[in-house]
Parts: sequence; structure tokens; C-alpha cells
Amino acid sequence: MSDELNVKEKSLDPAVQQMISKADKQGIITVWDRYEAMTPQCGYGDTGLCCRHCLQGPCRISPFGEEPRTGICGATADVMVARGLDRAIAAGTAAHSGHAKHLAHTMMKMAKGEATDYSIKDGDKLKAVAERLGISVEGREDMEIAKDVAGAALADFHEKETPVLWAATVVTPGRVKVLSDLGAVPKGIDHEVSEIMHRTLYGVDADAVNLLIAGIRCGVADLAGCYMGTDLADIMFGTPTPVVSKANMGTLKQDMVNIALHGHNPVLSEMIVAVAGDLEKEAVDAGATGINIVGVCCTGSELMERHGIPSCTHSVSQEMVMLTGAVDAMVVDYQCIMPSLVTVAECMGTKIVTTMDLCKITGAEHIEFKEEAAVEKAKEVIRVAIEVFGRRKGKPVDIPDIENIVIAGFSVESIVAALSKLDAKDPLKPLVDNIKNGNIRGVCLFAGCNNVKVPQDKNFKLMAEKLLKENVLVVATGCGAGALMRHGFMDPANVDKLCGAGLKAVLTAIGEANGLNGPLPPVLHLGSCVDNSRAVALTVAVANYLGVDTDKLPVVASAAEAVSEKAVSIGTYAVAAGLPTHVGVMLPVLGSPAVTQILTDQVKDLTGGYFIVDLDPESSADKLLAAIDERRKGLGL
Amino acid sequence: MSQPKEIFVVMSRCTACKSCEIACAVEHSKSKNLYGAISERPVPKSRVYVEWVSPDGKVPIVCRHCEDAPCMHACISGAISRNDEGVVLTDSDKCIGCWTCVMVCPYGVIGRHLEEHKAYRCDRCPDRETPACVSSCPTQALIYQTVDSFSRDVRKDVSGEMLAGEGG
Repeated sequence: MSDELNVKEKSLDPAVQQMISKADKQGIITVWDRYEAMTPQCGYGDTGLCCRHCLQGPCRISPFGEEPRTGICGATADVMVARGLDRAIAAGTAAHSGHAKHLAHTMMKMAKGEATDYSIKDGDKLKAVAERLGISVEGREDMEIAKDVAGAALADFHEKETPVLWAATVVTPGRVKVLSDLGAVPKGIDHEVSEIMHRTLYGVDADAVNLLIAGIRCGVADLAGCYMGTDLADIMFGTPTPVVSKANMGTLKQDMVNIALHGHNPVLSEMIVAVAGDLEKEAVDAGATGINIVGVCCTGSELMERHGIPSCTHSVSQEMVMLTGAVDAMVVDYQCIMPSLVTVAECMGTKIVTTMDLCKITGAEHIEFKEEAAVEKAKEVIRVAIEVFGRRKGKPVDIPDIENIVIAGFSVESIVAALSKLDAKDPLKPLVDNIKNGNIRGVCLFAGCNNVKVPQDKNFKLMAEKLLKENVLVVATGCGAGALMRHGFMDPANVDKLCGAGLKAVLTAIGEANGLNGPLPPVLHLGSCVDNSRAVALTVAVANYLGVDTDKLPVVASAAEAVSEKAVSIGTYAVAAGLPTHVGVMLPVLGSPAVTQILTDQVKDLTGGYFIVDLDPESSADKLLAAIDERRKGLGL
Repeated sequence: MSQPKEIFVVMSRCTACKSCEIACAVEHSKSKNLYGAISERPVPKSRVYVEWVSPDGKVPIVCRHCEDAPCMHACISGAISRNDEGVVLTDSDKCIGCWTCVMVCPYGVIGRHLEEHKAYRCDRCPDRETPACVSSCPTQALIYQTVDSFSRDVRKDVSGEMLAGEGG
């Protein structure tokens, strides 16, 4: 009984709970054990009052306002906290934009004929993106346009005469002015990351407000990286359209070669999906009934939204999929890959395959991926899994019999297409009308990770339940989407149970008009974490339609169980876009009451957005509802 | 009669992370959590101190609850007493803030609360099984044991060394 209680405090996902118990019985150390061993955690780090930016340090300032009150250099708590936050934003931006840059290089190689395994899957999106950037499309071949788009993308990384195009062309005209007045329009994505590293160096910026404005500018550069990531992936791999899939560990198959694709970038995983069919015979020859590809984390979301590949698990439970004993290979690219995977894999017989030069893990097998030989490399990776299956064949596995129906694939394009079935001439009108009449009280985006400090999925689940009942249209990305899909929030059959009457009517009307014989799912899956750009694009489209700026709309965001510095940079651009933005775990800023005050209150006067930091899901949902109602009132609704 | 436990310090294990200081202040706050504690008034105070002895000595110091406690003898207002567990306590209602206890304490571990005008000291965390400083120490530099058990561990260690010395 106490064991049962214990696992419920770790995860709300029944499949994960089963695997935690199995790990306990077998003495396999997982993230929850390591967390326990790490507690209590350092109070200086927790409050952002620890600085290691120079060799005179480490310095730490008393969180109780006593001695020492400054670092050795004289940096105050305000400066120390703002510098630390800036570096987190810069790291998040570097990661999203690194992902986007990887896609841009791939697109350039494709356009030059050097990466012939890649092609343009959505020519319409290519042209739409090119036109938005001011690149001519008339009478030109797709590959020529793609070369220019890739060139423009790569040019957005360095400092140049024009602002970052993927930032300046994707927000409302009003927002361009707000950000320009604030000095928060990025000059180059890499430039902003680099400048943060400079200004947070020993003896540079020691003005907390100035530091935070630079952080916002870098956050806007992160929006550019995310937006670019989505655009380029849609062009090369297809813009998502609604697709039926499944989630959770029940998607693993005992008698198939199970390959879990984990990480973020579709550059590799798309190729593995594309060539898996060619190797079916080799899998059958090895004694399997076929090849079964599942996703983990955002790679999972990228593959689910475009191909309906099932999503096995997300974020904090990534080790658990191997506990089933059924995963032959876990193939990773980068970001959110816990190094501990290698240790768990050793216990369970799984092969961890790293594929990117910047993300190697000691103990894993490294197969360097090359876009120029994408198909060949993808086959090499799959053959590793087939070989492992040969050894696993016939051995018992523990696959939890748990899976959920998921409808995914809600890009802005597919949402507009669905709405156009209600009003072909004016597709946004039905959405806006329902916001006006209150059937949709507001919109909430759930994003970000699962944090070991929160029982997995608890904040997402409780908050989404409350908001849906209150007729808030809920959209989700990344592992936030992963959490909600594993609890049935993306299964249309649960609309009745989960949604308020107004929201239910809207979801049903759109579903019926699109021939689904029922509603859309309660929560719309917008994609991976770079696809938070889709939430921005949808918000901007509605704002432009209404002729207001994004900070006036009843739209809020929540990273309810955030982990990664990427969540910090996403939160920053949500605030820069003017959204009330909830974070459900403590940010390391409380050591400076001044910085905390700016982030949660005074920034409102600058961008209209602000952070809400609240660890309690019930009161967090109430605060988001209050923020939505305040904005409805502002619009006279 | 069962022996009371004391807080022992293994100096060689201290890394001067000061986690004990934060945990102590949080335990002596109203909210009992860091995020709440740092904004409380009066400011919650730590009663354990990590001192530095050049060049690399790190020494956590906490009230020894001396058997023959100078502070208790010196207290003019009768605010300091010893409870059944042997813990020396300052009754803040009786304390007049004369700092005589501070003057006589051989360890310097009695603090002056400027907002409350009272002396404060280690109370061995009456609401906890194990004092907060001990629980928070990541390197087990602080140990909560009976004197007998601590001494036995020291004897065991030294016995091993003596045997090894004889063998070598």
C-alpha cells in the first residue's frame, strides 16, 4: 500500500507507475531515486543567489538579506539573479535556434543538390514563408526559392542591417512597435545569445532592469528560432494535418523490432520513418513481425503530427520505456536526453544510439548522422535495432497494457482549414465569434516538460480539467501535450466528460463540419516545443483579425512542470508577446525581490505580459481564468 | 535511561556549502519553506554557523548544549534553562536582551535578533526527529548521535588504523 502511494507521488501515469515499481524491485536507479538522493537541494541555487561567472567565486548571497549581501565583485542579489536568468534564456535560445539552424543547413544542402534524400513536401508553405520574408516566388522553381529561404534563415543568425526576419515578420505590427520601443528587437539570433554571454561576464552589466530587457530581446530571438524550426520542418517534411494515433507504452509490441526515437529534430527521425518499410524484410528474417517506431519527447511529437507515429512517453519518464524490456534501440538526437539512459539501457538490453556530434553519451553507440547520406545512415541505425531484437526474441517483456487514442496534427494551417468548413470566405470568423459570445472563454497553451519535483502530469491534468470545464480552449505542445495525451485529453470521446457546454458546442460544430461525426479532441496538439510558434501564429492571426495587439487577447500560457532552460526562453517570449504566463515550478529568481516583482508585475507595463509563478495547480488555474476574464473585460466582452 | 543525541561535526567532511545555515533558518520560520521564509518578518535566523579558517579549514559550529552551560549560569533574567532531553533553551519572553549569554558563550553561537531584541540559539528543532541542519547536510559532516554511539564509531575507526599500523 505504501508502495502504491509512493508511486502515485512520482507519476499519475499508470504505465509509468508500473515501471517505477518494476525498477524498485530490480534495484534499477531512476530519476526519482536520484532526485531523492539530491534533496534537500541547495537554497542558494534554488533562489538564484549562487554565481560562478568568475574565478573569484563561487559567491553566494544570503537569501535572508543578511551578510554576505553582495558577491565579491559587489554584484547585488538583483544583479546576480538577473544575470543567471539571462544565461538560462540564452541557453534555451541557443538550443531552439540550433535546432532551426540544423534544419536551415539541411534545406540549403537539399537546394544545392547535396542532400538528395530530402525534398520539399509542402510547396505552398514554402511560398507563403518566402513571401512573408520578401523573397520573390513568381515563376521560380521551388528549389530556387528554398535556397533563398534557407539563405535568409542562416542570415538571421548573425548581426546584420535588418532585424531578425523570423521575429519581425511573425508578430503583429503593434508588437513590432512595442518591442522596438523597448529595444527588444533582436539583431541576430546568435548575436543575442553571444551578447548575453558578454553582458553577464565578470564586470559587465550590473543593472538588473537592463539585464532583463536584454533577456527579453534574447527571448524574442528564441521565438525566431522556434518559428524558423516549425517553418522549415513543415516545408521539408509536410505541414501537419489531423491524424489519429496512440500514446503510452502499450504502443510497444513484444514481437516487433521496437525503435524509440527520442530528442527533437526531425532531420534524422523523418529519414528513419521513411526507410523503415524498406527494412521490414530484414526484421522479419530476424524473427520479428515487423518494425515498430515510437516517439519519445518532442521527436515523438514531430513524428506524431506528421505521420501519426505513436508517442511512447515523455520527459521525466523517458527511462521507463526501457524498463518494459521491449525497446531494442533508443535513437537520440539532442536536448532532454538524460545521460542516465545508458545505465538503464545496460540493465535492460536496449541499445542507445547517439547520432549528433554535439550530443554523445559515454556508453552509447555513436552513429554520426549525415544529411548527405541520410537514408544510408538511417538504415544503419535501424539495423542496430534489428540486431538487438535478434538477442531479445522470445524473452519475456513487461509492456503495460495502456494506450490512449490521440488526434494530433493541429497546425495553424489545418485549424484554419477546419474552420473554413464553417465559413469558407472568413475562416477565423467562427473562432472569433465564439470567443466573443463566450462559448470560448479564452485560450490556454500548455507547454514545457515534466519536472521530477511534481508528480508527473499532475499540474497539467488538474489545470486542464479545470480550464476545459470553464470553456477555455486548450492547446498544447511538447511534453505538455505528451502529458495530456497520456491522460485521454486528445481523445474526442472524452469531450463530453471534460469540456464545458460552450466549448463542447464549438468542438462539435467544427468536428461535424469536417465529417468527423463528432467533436474535435478536448485539447488540440500543436506539436513539439519549437511548435510553440504555432500558438504564437494562431494568436497573431486572431489579433490581426480583430485589429488589436496580442496582449489584449484572452490568451494565456502555462509551463506547468517546466525543467529545461528552453522552457525559460519560451516563457520569456510568451511574456514578450504579451501573454500572462504561468510557471508551475519555482524559477531561481526569488533571491531578488526586485527581479521577482519585475517579472510578475512591472513587466506588464512594458509588454502587457507577465509571469505567474504558482506551484499549486488549483490556484494557478484560477489565476489564469482571472487573467482571461480581465482581458475579456478589456475587449468589452 | 536512554541517552540523548547530540549534534556532532566531522570537520573533514564540510564543504562550506552552508546548506545547514539555510535549513536552520527555514526551520525557524513561520512558513517552514524557503520560498515563504525569505520574505518573512522578522527575518528567520540560522543558529548554525560555518566558519572559515585560512587556508582551507571549514568549520560548522552549533550550540554544544554544554552540560555545565556558562550561558545558563550567567543569564540574569532566568531565561535560560535545560529541558528533560538536556537541550539548553532560551525563553524569549523572559530574555531582556542584555547579551550576557553572548559574552560568556565559548563558541559564539548565541545570536542577537535585531528586530526582536532577543537572543536566539539552537533549540535542537523540537518539532523534528532529526535537526534540520543535520538532515540538510549533503556530505554528512553533521551527525546526530548519542555520545556513546559517536565515540564507539571513532574507536572503531581508530582501531582499524592501529591494526593497519601494526601490520605495516
